[in-house]
Amino acid sequence: MDIIQIKNLTKQYDKLTAVDGISFDVKEGEIFGLLGPNGAGKTTTLMMLSTLLKPTSGFASVNGHDVVKQQGLVRNSIGMVFQDPSSDTLLSGYENLKLHALMYNLPLKEINSRIDKVLDLVDLQKRKHDVVKKYSGGMRRRLEIARGLLHSPKVFFLDEPTLGLDPQTRDHIWEYIQNLAKQTKMTIIVTTHYMEEAEKLCNRIAIIDHGKIAALDSPANLKRALGGDKVILKGRIDTETLKKFPFVKKAEVIEGAVHLSVEQAGKNLQELLCSAGDVENVEVHSPDLNDVFLNLTGRAMREEGEASSYIQDITRAT
Amino acid sequence: MIGERTAKVIKGLYALWYREFRVFTREKSRVFSSVALPLFWYFIFGNGVGSMKGNAVDYQHFIFPGFLAMTIIFTGLFAGAYIVWDKKIDFLKEVLITPLSRTTVFFGKAMGSMTDALIQSYFLLAIGIFLGMKYSVSSFLLSMAILFIFAYGLISLGLIIGSFMESPEGYGLISSFVIYPLFLLSGAVYPLDNLPVWMQVLTRIDPATYAVDALRFVILGAKYANMPILLDIAVLLFFDVLMAFVGTWAFKRLRL
Repeated sequence: MDIIQIKNLTKQYDKLTAVDGISFDVKEGEIFGLLGPNGAGKTTTLMMLSTLLKPTSGFASVNGHDVVKQQGLVRNSIGMVFQDPSSDTLLSGYENLKLHALMYNLPLKEINSRIDKVLDLVDLQKRKHDVVKKYSGGMRRRLEIARGLLHSPKVFFLDEPTLGLDPQTRDHIWEYIQNLAKQTKMTIIVTTHYMEEAEKLCNRIAIIDHGKIAALDSPANLKRALGGDKVILKGRIDTETLKKFPFVKKAEVIEGAVHLSVEQAGKNLQELLCSAGDVENVEVHSPDLNDVFLNLTGRAMREEGEASSYIQDITRAT
Repeated sequence: MIGERTAKVIKGLYALWYREFRVFTREKSRVFSSVALPLFWYFIFGNGVGSMKGNAVDYQHFIFPGFLAMTIIFTGLFAGAYIVWDKKIDFLKEVLITPLSRTTVFFGKAMGSMTDALIQSYFLLAIGIFLGMKYSVSSFLLSMAILFIFAYGLISLGLIIGSFMESPEGYGLISSFVIYPLFLLSGAVYPLDNLPVWMQVLTRIDPATYAVDALRFVILGAKYANMPILLDIAVLLFFDVLMAFVGTWAFKRLRL
């Protein structure tokens, strides 16, 4: 039986349908990604799976327990790292973990050894007695990852685990998550709007947009489905002629450049360029998830917008 | 041996209490202002209004129990503000996602804030010795008990209001429409004897009135009180029970 089962899950606010009848299953031990732009419904889905939001309709179960009818059992099975920081800044890292252990009713004798274990995992052993206020953003996120693992959950939810972190810290956090997946049989669900993150971490990805699932497969399969490499041409391009080549699968104009899907671009590029017209610039790359998203939704994912609204939230809160 | 379920609840309550208490003691400015503010108002009111009557000392003694109640009113509703803040900084999510029942969460939070409020009000109670209050051992202990049952009700009220509020910005309204009416209608700074009927009615609805009256009875003597002390205590206890029910209900429906 799949560890997470979701059927027609829907969350409706007054006029907005945040999650619109999604269905999918997650297998035990998988790293599963929910990829989509800001407001796509990723966090809302996670909140419903973790019992913090009540679905408007539909069904979801985690570890065999209904998220509406068996909330206590679900909560016992899950760990969560929230998108926004949720540790107490006036308490030390150790104290935050201790409180968590008590709230999850861990045996008193085991608490300290478990805390040491998770602190080692995220390299925070040396700073455990500092108040969280003195931690950097990355350290705080690591602490919250450690906290979510403290009670050895069956399913671990990470909501945008690297949002607002610098690239180096991001790499570290990916490493922790990957190690975790290797060492335990834990099922990990990650939401993200970073293509690279989804591609690097996840066994399977659900691309979610406007509350609906646009595609669901492994990153490799998703890219393969695009059918070929990406060739981007700038200049005065004769798009109609290019479309006639059998190896050109798709051609569209996006932001003044012609985007082509080309089979075996390495071999066919020369022929292509001869008939393309006045070419000023050529880019060739193998497709990434950004292209997959573009292909599915006709839009590029905007990463900057989300980052800045996150910063606004932080400044308002402090 | 205590059962597994009880152990779970006790651990949960301890964790919630510990967090509130630690946060309180680490915010030095909060500790300071919560004690200094009532004292400041006490001297302003005591000397300002007292000067009209010619005998400031009598008036100051008369309003002292009211200022003990004031620390509870202010801290209690501050506890409410804190839960709105918790929502904002997302620590509340971390608590709500644990397997703890909402009843445990409510009582844990209430216990934590009660500790803060009682430390302050007991401290002021002790300062009363230097302000010329004459306590016996029993009157001191009774005052502590009254402050205890009053604090529980008020903090629960704060938590209930806080659980309904979406953002800390609305908290200004609460202080204007809840804290000040509770304080000013309690008879903390004036006698209840010669009030117009409509105001009498309002003062009788205010639970703080009964706390102030009971404290006056115990600290200053029966002739300063308007109602029998048993009635005061019965009303306060009734208020506590009511708040426990409403509070548990409010926390069960609490969503983010």
